Amino acid sequence: MKEFLEGSKAVAEIVKLCKPGVISAYPITPQTHIVEELAQMVANRELNSQFINVESEHSAASVVLGAVAGGVRAYTATSSQGLFYMAEVLFNIAGMRLPLVMACANRAISAPINIWNDQQDSVSLRDCGWIQLFAEDIQEAADLHLIAYKLTEDKSIMLPVMVCMDGFILTHGIETVDMPSQEQVDKFLPAYKPLYKLDPENPITMGPLVDPVYYMEARYAIQETMVKNVLTLIPKITADFSKVFGRAYNGLVEEYRTKDAERVILAMGSVCGTIKEVIDELRAKGKKVGLLKLTAYRPFPVQEIYEALKDIPKVAVLDRALSLGSYAPLASETKAVFFGKKKKPEVISSFVVGLGGRDITKDSIKEIFRLLTAKERACEFIDLKPELLKENYE
Amino acid sequence: MFGPLISKPATSKKNKTGSWRVESRPKFLQKNCIACKMCLLVCPEGCISGEEKNTYHSDYTYCKGCGLCAMICPKKDIEMVKEDTKGTEE
Repeated sequence: MKEFLEGSKAVAEIVKLCKPGVISAYPITPQTHIVEELAQMVANRELNSQFINVESEHSAASVVLGAVAGGVRAYTATSSQGLFYMAEVLFNIAGMRLPLVMACANRAISAPINIWNDQQDSVSLRDCGWIQLFAEDIQEAADLHLIAYKLTEDKSIMLPVMVCMDGFILTHGIETVDMPSQEQVDKFLPAYKPLYKLDPENPITMGPLVDPVYYMEARYAIQETMVKNVLTLIPKITADFSKVFGRAYNGLVEEYRTKDAERVILAMGSVCGTIKEVIDELRAKGKKVGLLKLTAYRPFPVQEIYEALKDIPKVAVLDRALSLGSYAPLASETKAVFFGKKKKPEVISSFVVGLGGRDITKDSIKEIFRLLTAKERACEFIDLKPELLKENYE
Repeated sequence: MFGPLISKPATSKKNKTGSWRVESRPKFLQKNCIACKMCLLVCPEGCISGEEKNTYHSDYTYCKGCGLCAMICPKKDIEMVKEDTKGTEE
C-alpha cells in the first residue's frame, strides 16, 4: 500500500514487519526517529519485541550481539560518532559471524561538530567485516532492510549488514513509499534459524581466544564469503524480492543511461537522484552522459564495475568521505579495478562533494561534468569556499 | 593551512539574527507600558531596551520575531504585526 512517510518511519515500519525479538539503540541525530518509532510500537504492543534501553552505542551493539548469539533476530541503528563508539563491537559481530541488520544514518564526523550528512562514518568502518548497502531514496532504504535480513541470515553468509541511508535527506525526508503487507514479508523472509546459539543445555563459547594457529583462517573465511558468496547471492535475493514485491533492484550496481555514454559519474547514496535529473537534462541537449550507482560498497563489486565502465572514456568518481592524506576512498578503489586491464577508461577523475551537509545541487553535478576532461583530477573539491581558508592562525 | 577551527565569544552581536524573521515583528505601541521589563527579560536575543514607561523598543537588527515579548506583556502593549519589508532595519 502506498503511504506518504518520513524515511525513518518507513524504515521502522519495515523493521516491525521483520519481527526482531530484540531492539537496542542509543539516540543520535539523525538516526533517532527510527528507534523512537520502534520504541513507540513496542510500548503500544504493536510489536512483540524487547526494547532494551542502554547508556551508549557500545552497549547497544553489545546487546544486539548478545541477542543474536542467543538465537533471536535483532535490530539497531546509529550514526556518526555513535557508529564509531560501536566500532570494536562491530568487528566482533562480523568476526563471530552473527547475522544482524543495522541502519546507519550517514553523518559527518567531528571535529568540527557537524550533524549533517556525508558518508565518512560508514566509509571509515568499511573494513569491519560488515556488508554495506547504500540507499538512493526512502523506498530503497526500506527495501534494503528486507533484502539485508534475507542476506545476513543466509547460511552461506552469516555476516552482518549495514543499511546506509543519507542522514536527514533520507531519514527526515518524506516520500511516497510502497509498504508491503505482513503476508508478503513473511513469504519473503522466513523465521530466523541460527547456525549456533548460546544455550545452557548445549554450552559453547563464541569468539574465543585463538592463537596464531587459527586466527588467519577465521579472517580468510570472511574475506572469501564476502567476495564470493555475498556478491553472487545479492542478485539472487533481489530477484526473489522483485517476484514478491514487484520492485527490481540489482543490489550491487545500477546503470543509468550508460550504454553509449562518453562521460559517467560513479556515486553512491541519495546524490544519485540528483545526478539522474542532471543526466536527463544533459541527454535532452544531446550530451552523452550517464551514472553508475553503487549500492554495495562492501563487498566491492569489482566485476560489475569493470563491466559497466570498461568502455566508458571518462569516469568521475564522487566521494562524500575522505581518507585524509591519500586518494578519496571510492576513487582509489575504482582505479584499482582497472589497474593492469586492457580495457579501461582513459580518465578516472576523483571529486569530493557534499561534506558535512553542504548541498550538492544540480549545478554542482554540472560542474563535475564540465571538469571531467582529458586532464585527470585527484581529490578535486567541489563547491569549496576559499575565503574560509587561511595559512596561519596568528 | 587551516579551515574554520575556533569560534570566538560575542557572536550574538556579529550574527544579524534579524534576517531570520519571516512572518512578523513585534510592534511596541508605547501607550499602556508600565515599565515592568518583562519583555526585556524574556527576549532570547536580548535586543529589547528601554528606561521608562512607554520607551521600550526592539532592535530589529537582532529581533527574530519569536513573539515572546508580545505574549508576556501584561498590558498587551506589544503586538505582532506582519513583516512587510525583509531586512534588518526598521
